[in-house]
Amino acid sequence: MARIRSDYGPSPRRNFLLWLRSGDECFDRALIDSVSAPAPSEAERGRSAEVRRVPRKEEKVYRKAEAWNREKGTKLTRRLYLALCVVTALAVILLLLRTAALLPPFGEASNPANNEVSRRYIEQGMEETGAVNIVAGMILDYRAFDTLGESNVLFVAACTVIILLRVAAGDRDDAARRLELETDDRMYEPKDDLILQRIAAVLVPLVWMLGLYIILNGHLSPGGGFSGGTVLGAGLILYLNAFGFAKTERFFTYRTFRVISVTALTFYAVSKSYSFFTGANHLSSVITPGTPGMLFSAGLIPYLNIAVGLVVACTVYAFYTLFRKGDV
Amino acid sequence: MNVLSVLLLVFIIGCALAVAFAKNLLTCIVVFMGQSLAMSLIWILLESPDLAITEAAVGAGIDSLLLFVTLKKIHAIDRMEGEKEHGQDPQ
Repeated sequence: MARIRSDYGPSPRRNFLLWLRSGDECFDRALIDSVSAPAPSEAERGRSAEVRRVPRKEEKVYRKAEAWNREKGTKLTRRLYLALCVVTALAVILLLLRTAALLPPFGEASNPANNEVSRRYIEQGMEETGAVNIVAGMILDYRAFDTLGESNVLFVAACTVIILLRVAAGDRDDAARRLELETDDRMYEPKDDLILQRIAAVLVPLVWMLGLYIILNGHLSPGGGFSGGTVLGAGLILYLNAFGFAKTERFFTYRTFRVISVTALTFYAVSKSYSFFTGANHLSSVITPGTPGMLFSAGLIPYLNIAVGLVVACTVYAFYTLFRKGDV
Repeated sequence: MNVLSVLLLVFIIGCALAVAFAKNLLTCIVVFMGQSLAMSLIWILLESPDLAITEAAVGAGIDSLLLFVTLKKIHAIDRMEGEKEHGQDPQ
């Protein structure tokens, strides 16, 4: 029996050699051979009764293993998985707590964060940038280049969502899918909800006013382009939900989205590109900071805030509509 | 640390645990919104109103909106309602 197995049986070495030669398909071929082998004749059957007992035995073992897998194995693996989850979570928690314990105390004067950079920002920020809101002065003047990168990240994210989710009005397949998406949207969306419309009629102007205020006063009070743009986009989404696509498409289409975001980003990039030539030293430009505290002050910061706010508002609204019906 | 910030921190931890253990996805998103709102209050207590505004607008507003739309897209809300009508455990 041992001789037969070593010649014809699937010994590990033979399997390994086969696998080396032909990849995974050798196992499939072995399976096909075993299934479609011709029925053995009477003489063969008598001769190989001993050999055939072995597969029956194997089958028994296999059945047993399967039953164990079904009854106990799943439970056991689930328990093992849970235990591993808890252990991993506890390890991560301990690591993070240990790191937090090693941090210097909050607000200490000798902390490494309290160096000459933040002192300079706090003491001369208003004078140099003209922004009363020190955060706006930092992110849109000292670190304006970083903010350009952040706006571009958002723009790239919007592009990716458009590539993945937008169903263009091009060929016929897409037209069919578009129709399907629109009927789907119409079926699951409440149309002309009176309560929602009345509340939106009160809320949307207020939300838009708040968003515009946050953007335009970004250099005077807390807020700025990013948060104000998000509020504007949220107001636009509320308007869309209350009054439907027919109303919003009168003033906001895919074309509007494209024009506004590309123009705003280009304006930002061009107006801050001089830092390439001044060695990222934004401060010595021809644009004066003006009187701190006035609406038209702080050099370019209000205009940059408007640009960032427009990009963010358009992107947020485009995300929502792309998720909902695959088009802006 | 005053009472309010302790309450808010406890609320945040409770929200995080509730999100982890809640079966209903819709509940998860609403709890997540509440957590973001408490977080924005904590930012105000830490004297960073800029972050508070952004947290309230993005965390509580846009994020949960996108999650709601995603739930609707995968028809999770309809399924949950259907299962409730048939008296089954919503998952």
